Amino acid sequence: MLILTCPNCGVAADETELSAGGEAHLTRYGAGSSDADFETYMFMRKNARGVHFERWRHSYGCGKWFHAARCTTTLEVFGTYPAQTTEPPAELIEKIKQKRPDFEGFSK
Amino acid sequence: MSDAVSVVNGAQFDGAVQVRDAGLVGMVTLRGDLDSQELAKAVKSAIGLTLPDARGVKAGTKGGVAWMSPDELLLFCDYDEADALVAKLDKALAGEHFLAVNGSDARASFTLTGAGVREVIAKGSPADLSPEAFKQGEMRRSRLGQVAVAFWLSAPDTMELVCFRSVGAFVYDWLCVAAAEDTLPEYFNAG
Ligand SMILES: [Zn+2]
Repeated sequence: MLILTCPNCGVAADETELSAGGEAHLTRYGAGSSDADFETYMFMRKNARGVHFERWRHSYGCGKWFHAARCTTTLEVFGTYPAQTTEPPAELIEKIKQKRPDFEGFSK
Repeated sequence: MSDAVSVVNGAQFDGAVQVRDAGLVGMVTLRGDLDSQELAKAVKSAIGLTLPDARGVKAGTKGGVAWMSPDELLLFCDYDEADALVAKLDKALAGEHFLAVNGSDARASFTLTGAGVREVIAKGSPADLSPEAFKQGEMRRSRLGQVAVAFWLSAPDTMELVCFRSVGAFVYDWLCVAAAEDTLPEYFNAG
């Protein structure tokens, strides 16, 4: 079971109160972009084993989107942070590095 | 005009706790910038209450107000007063970026009374309903089974619950089953 604390309303929400929104911080290539860029945006995902950054929506609660960093193998949650950012906060990256020395940091 | 009727028309069930259709309740959704002085002033003058903190709910003599999300409040009033309340807000907030709408007929309201109200809700919601975690004054939006609900304690033994009217009859039936006599684990009251 996964419990994520929504940074918008503060509720420690059970996974069943949330909707998963897939990988976070994608660059949205649209009209006018190259086929290769659009393909990357549309189809290519990290599918990480380990540290992963994701989008979630508090759909049965305040209805707002947010970001979460967690481990896909252990389900350990490193933290949640607001949706209005294009990359994870530096202090969260530091925290993850301390817990997972192998983690090389966030990359797009 | 036809007479408005609440979702299960005042039905009541007496089991481990009492489940009651709370009748017609005026509910106005107000969306906007909750940090704005104008919005706070408009709510204060319309319903006589200051804005609640995040997830807070409060009641006064003219109605109530609940924090629903960072840009949304739910105002409670008498069913017949809801349109007038919207008109008041529209006037007070003219020129601001906001939305006020009378959603009274889109919702169903239930009142549960008895020592086991926390346990009845806990049968269907993943929210932590223990007395240490869930206190009077908090509005919790969650789910009951598979439908969205919001609930709060209006007294230590009284739980108010609202849901969409389209699932109101289902929620009433669900609550009656969950509140059947001798089915509560008495986990929260064990101490
Ligand atoms: Zn939330």
